[in-house]
Amino acid sequence: MSTYYVDKFLYTVDRDPEWVWRYQEDPEATVEEWEKEVGQWLNDVEQTSWLTFTDEERRALAAHDYVWLFEHGAHFFLNLTLFIALYDEQYARERGPLSFQREFATRLQHWLGKDYPSVAL
Amino acid sequence: MAELAAVLASTHHPFYYKATTSPPGERPPYADEWQRKVEAYRETLTAARPDVLVMVGADHFHQFFLDNYPQFAIGKAPRYDATFYNEIREFGLPTYVLDGDPDFSGFLLQGLLDRDFDLAVSHELKIDHSIICPIITVRPQADLPVVPIYTNIFVPPMPSPRRFWQLGQAIRQVIEEYPSDKRVAAIGTGHLSLELGGPRQFGEHGPDPDFDRKAIDWMASGNIGAILENVTHESMAGAGNATHGFMDLILMMGIADAQPADYVDELDLFHTREMYMTWYPRGSAA
Repeated sequence: MSTYYVDKFLYTVDRDPEWVWRYQEDPEATVEEWEKEVGQWLNDVEQTSWLTFTDEERRALAAHDYVWLFEHGAHFFLNLTLFIALYDEQYARERGPLSFQREFATRLQHWLGKDYPSVAL
Repeated sequence: MAELAAVLASTHHPFYYKATTSPPGERPPYADEWQRKVEAYRETLTAARPDVLVMVGADHFHQFFLDNYPQFAIGKAPRYDATFYNEIREFGLPTYVLDGDPDFSGFLLQGLLDRDFDLAVSHELKIDHSIICPIITVRPQADLPVVPIYTNIFVPPMPSPRRFWQLGQAIRQVIEEYPSDKRVAAIGTGHLSLELGGPRQFGEHGPDPDFDRKAIDWMASGNIGAILENVTHESMAGAGNATHGFMDLILMMGIADAQPADYVDELDLFHTREMYMTWYPRGSAA
């Protein structure tokens, strides 16, 4: 489990319109490309040699599986914001304002009354 | 010495701008009352005739990330760009370039270091909606220099509520020692109970109305004792996973020296309770 690396994915994709678009269009390929182009880099020159996803993390990101990500400690703010970018507009158009956000909450209802998974690293 | 003319503590809500600037057909039903309350609150700052704004907020993973996230940080730059791409995308917020006050920033930084508050310092800081939301609500002309102070209300482990309170007290002391005839307003925003990215988000009310009631009453009456006794990281998490933003309001109580507030207003805005509070350390805005 590399929660840090998952958070790095959510953070760096969310802040860049081109990566948001790529992640929307082809999530599986984008996860792979992101690891090579962004994930393993500390800055434009320096590399971080040891960061990698587990198979489950890679699957969850490729599947836009925000429920799994919540349940495995991805930061709640990053997890919400990026998937709003991907889904809010379409949901709002078809079902009304904030309907994606409400569906997001509904899919996590089994956590009501329990301690949520920690986002601490 | 500089005069602390006003202290403002409020919730911030990035939906306000869009809600109140949408064309009539798209204006949500709650916008009128919200705008009335915000404009009344704005008057509490205007009346204090500030020259410079010390602004307390928290970077929502815009500039700072988990490779290096400061517990407390201060900006010391002549200008601050504001509003990130993903805030424009999600909230439709406008961009700004705010003037800074590097001399005052430096004085605050040194004064806080001298009091054992070791803040990180940024000379290239882009400001996010935690500071732009209050610019939009209480100083929309964005014409005053700012000193931004960022806190960690987001990345566990976080400083304790007591530390936020103590930092607020220290900020007040340093402001009042600043050799200047400027009138300073301190403006900080945070949250009452709040849930983001969890099962209680975007409900009919805030996730914990009982917490909100108590929090407003404690703050309005200056009851820091009750806050430090009752508000812990665990209790905030119980009230909603993003409730830790309340610690920025505790910090503002420190700047206000836990006096009873001079202005208190609130608004039950479906998924959050909004709160607007002002203190005049000299007893009045004049």
